[in-house]
Amino acid sequence: MRNYDVLIVGAGIVGCACARELAHAGLRVGIVEGNISSAGATAAGMGHLVVMDDSPAQLQLTRYGRALWQQLLPELPGAVEYETRGTLWIAADEQEMAEVHAKKTTYSAAGVRADILDGVQVAAEEPNLRQGLAGGLLVPDDAVIYPPAASEFLLQQAMSHGATLLQGNAAVSAAGGNLHLADGTALHGDRIVLATGADCALLPALPIKKRKGHLLITDRYPGFLHHQLVELGYLKSAHKLEADSVAFNIQPRKTGQLLIGSSRQYGDENPQSDSRILTQMLERAQSYMPALAQLSGLRVWTGFRAATPDKLPLIGPASGLSDDSSLWLAAGFEGLGITNALAAARLRSDQLLARTSEIDAAPYLPQRITKQAALHA
Amino acid sequence: MPEKVTLHINGVPVQMPTGSVVSAALLKAAVPARLSVSGEPRSAICGMGICFECCATVNGIPHRRTCQLICSDGMVVETER
Repeated sequence: MRNYDVLIVGAGIVGCACARELAHAGLRVGIVEGNISSAGATAAGMGHLVVMDDSPAQLQLTRYGRALWQQLLPELPGAVEYETRGTLWIAADEQEMAEVHAKKTTYSAAGVRADILDGVQVAAEEPNLRQGLAGGLLVPDDAVIYPPAASEFLLQQAMSHGATLLQGNAAVSAAGGNLHLADGTALHGDRIVLATGADCALLPALPIKKRKGHLLITDRYPGFLHHQLVELGYLKSAHKLEADSVAFNIQPRKTGQLLIGSSRQYGDENPQSDSRILTQMLERAQSYMPALAQLSGLRVWTGFRAATPDKLPLIGPASGLSDDSSLWLAAGFEGLGITNALAAARLRSDQLLARTSEIDAAPYLPQRITKQAALHA
Repeated sequence: MPEKVTLHINGVPVQMPTGSVVSAALLKAAVPARLSVSGEPRSAICGMGICFECCATVNGIPHRRTCQLICSDGMVVETER
């Protein structure tokens, strides 16, 4: 049996980031991936590094996560396609403009640079938006990356610091520090970290649901779009707990291609694209950018976000969800796994190495879930 | 029908026999149709609308497969350079 200090299950961006941190710290790290690394939600998402203010805890984590990406920027290979595009939150009317002002106040209090634009300024920044929008909020330090390349970079760094990738056999059970793989291999880790996204097979008590999303990528249209644009109604869409929803969200890629989103659906675990919601999503996008109707789309795909009941990830010991003290979690990032991967990895390694963290890790501890459930009961 | 038509490739007039496809005009003018993501010049390979290597902007519309378009008088073709 092979022994590790830490076994990480799942070589998505969160697992790879954790492996890198822990290998850097000198621990013996094994990464178990049953399929292909960086190929689940990591490959399906947009790669928008974005500060979100839907809760104080999310604001703290995304701000920290974005800062860690900025620190890593000098080391990132070109294939990661990091571009500081900024996010432009679009306000359609005066009611949404009031939200822009509230958002600006929240960001400023958190030290996040943000500039209020009026309708004329928004039109000047993005001439392809429809006429007559009320304004927006530009968050200039938000960025865009290509997540699979970033994840592979983190994995390579982990391996160059001694981490081992065990690929091709899925983990089928994790208990008491023992991890069994589908081919019968038995591994031991003092800690086992589940970084398995929306896959709850190893710990069915995980409070994670799949939330399906669609994306479309276009042919290359350099200069068509400059910033990542998100409608302010996005937060409303992201927070609808059960109903299907779409929101305008578009991203310029380095190649000149455009990524168009977004949709959110619970209860549909079929990876095929759903023409009804895809149509709604594209109509929504065209209502903001009429010229999109003239562009050619190349491909549509879907992915599954790992959604928790309170929209915050599970980072830390699995206590409250499992009696097994060897089990730790780094999962449930919903749409923010790319933004938060490095932050989660840093918090995880701080916890494991008993270091003081730069931010308060308490809001992300898995045990909050059982406490919340007890409170509601 | 006149025997020749004249189109403009990146501003340069090119005369072609009536009925020629635009990708033939690009080849005659020795102008690559497009650039790959890494900047390599590309021209028609299949000539039958499958490979997308001959795409160029024609009369303002980007990514047209030039092997599927017949040259016409006054047509404006712009390639990635």
